Amino acid sequence: MKKSQLTYIDVALDKFAEIAEQMKKQSATLAAEWASEANSCFEIYACYRQNSNYNIVKTVCPKSNPEFPSLVGTYTVANRFERQIHSLFGIIPIGHPDLRPWIKFEDWPEESYPLRKNVDGLKPLGRVAGEYAWIQSTGVGVCEIPVGPVHAGIIEPGHFRFHAVGETIINLEERFGYTHKGIEKRFETLGWEDGSRLAGRVSGDSTVAHALAYCVAVESMSDINIPKRASWIRALFLERERISNHLGDIGAICNDASFVFLFYQFMRLKEKLLRTNQQLWGHRFMMDLIILGGVSVEVSIEGIDQILSELSMLEKEFEELVKIYDGNPSLEERVLTTGILTKEQAKEFGVVGYVSRASGGKMDCRVSYPIYPYDQIDVRIPTYIDGDVNARIWVRVDEIRESIRIIRFLLNEMPIGELSVVCPKPEPNKTGFSAVEGWRGETLYWVQSDEKGQLNRCMVRDPSSVNWLALEKAVMNNIVADFPLCNKSFNCSYSGHDL
Amino acid sequence: MIRTLFKIFRTGIVTENVIGQDADNIEVIGQKLSKLIKKRFKGSLRIRHIDAGSCNGCELEIHALNNPIYDIERYGIHFTASPRFADLLLVTGPVSRNMEIALKRTYAATATPKVVVAVGDCGCNGGIFGESYATLGGIDKVIPVDVIIKGCPPTPAALLNGILQAIAN
Repeated sequence: MKKSQLTYIDVALDKFAEIAEQMKKQSATLAAEWASEANSCFEIYACYRQNSNYNIVKTVCPKSNPEFPSLVGTYTVANRFERQIHSLFGIIPIGHPDLRPWIKFEDWPEESYPLRKNVDGLKPLGRVAGEYAWIQSTGVGVCEIPVGPVHAGIIEPGHFRFHAVGETIINLEERFGYTHKGIEKRFETLGWEDGSRLAGRVSGDSTVAHALAYCVAVESMSDINIPKRASWIRALFLERERISNHLGDIGAICNDASFVFLFYQFMRLKEKLLRTNQQLWGHRFMMDLIILGGVSVEVSIEGIDQILSELSMLEKEFEELVKIYDGNPSLEERVLTTGILTKEQAKEFGVVGYVSRASGGKMDCRVSYPIYPYDQIDVRIPTYIDGDVNARIWVRVDEIRESIRIIRFLLNEMPIGELSVVCPKPEPNKTGFSAVEGWRGETLYWVQSDEKGQLNRCMVRDPSSVNWLALEKAVMNNIVADFPLCNKSFNCSYSGHDL
Repeated sequence: MIRTLFKIFRTGIVTENVIGQDADNIEVIGQKLSKLIKKRFKGSLRIRHIDAGSCNGCELEIHALNNPIYDIERYGIHFTASPRFADLLLVTGPVSRNMEIALKRTYAATATPKVVVAVGDCGCNGGIFGESYATLGGIDKVIPVDVIIKGCPPTPAALLNGILQAIAN
């Protein structure tokens, strides 16, 4: 098996963009870009993913002159990362074509950069007058459709602005930040121990993935060995979260195409899983079960039996439903060739998770950058090339099948032992990193301790932070009525993006 | 088609009486709800859900109310797309600073009399996010709240119970 690696590289400020070009030539992807504040300077980080390796490139800029060369010319995906750095840190990416605020709203006071250390995160912000410069399109017959932030269904808030000619979408502009809760700043006030609870609430539907990614990142800062059994139980939670979310989403996509039968059936199966979670571990979504140093609950022998028999039931019913999905021409009419994200676009926008794997991508952290026990498991990655709503459904169907197989393996081979160890407080001036494949895709955390060993910065990159941008492209030339289908098939998190 | 019909037949009716942690009073909650809705809302209670900045955990459970097991529509409760049609606002929180204006506008757009239910620990008091530059805390910091439903997130049974309380008062 290939060995995965994490490398840190320090470069001078003027070499920052040059390195990006070299990385691009070696077909690396920009996975995240963020800033942090040290005593005397600002640090800018760019994280590149290249096959099984992550390279984190760091540069610094003085506080008196907070600027760095923008990477947007090389990597499209840098666009929003850098707008975010600019909005929340006030560091200027030189050469960035679009420095409208992102997440920060136009009515925030101009000089409010909440992630800076001299800003008291608990103090309320005032409001000023301001206007957001929306992209305009003019011409005969162009109709503008603003949607949100309060949507028609039971969904999170966000704003979509369509330009349409007749029924056809010619441009979509997203605007987010409505659910911005200051999570990254909150991590700094809460400290290490409570961080896992907060991480579990970055995006409620991926509570396991986020809590796990946070814990792995913090644990990587010290030489601690997590008990084997705890790691296996963590993997069990991660796979169960994957199955229940995929079930719900496949159902919801069918519902958006008005095929309510499958919606009810899939939701029924999902509910069964959630109830088992509640019964075995006391929480339907498995919140707060992953803690620093291990897990807080045991999986009993009876529990294992219950999960295994539930899996058999689930597998049988699921396959019946998949046959019905597959054999329904009116459903096919809606999902085939709808919302296509081409392989080239997927690559350019650096999408992750099932969105990537439905457009020819092969990246899955469980294989490329496995945390224990995934290096013991032969995870198969489903890949489709069509890039439409249908392909994204099939990736999820295959992932459910694969997760069922993985859970059986985990339960049959689970080692015995402790559930948790005491996780020591991280040493001063250290950093930790993790990449976890949640159900939505690659979830990245990067944590840093200050000179006293306190939490100085916690960077969160939900899969949605990159996938949202690609949705703007995928809906082009589709009809407005197909937007819910496209959106649901991406199912990005608003809260995970806005932080 | 035959597969679909066969599956429907085989599945049967899965809708159940809601049984929660305190089964004694929740089991009858449905009948109580139906009666009240018939009496006070002519058989139809319209709910508008507003996410004022939640982590989407509460949304998952509100969604679950519509699954065939809880099937909230059997009591005459419908989720509506517009606040103009709503009798009750189901608001999840904490209220983010960036949603404050939208929340106030949605509240103003709802016809009176209106009932506001704050959902989840964050909706009650800001939860783990507390009050900061980006969050204002619980829903009652921004609009008047009639009933709170605690939990992170509250279970579907707790949600039903809270809705019952809200319309019983």
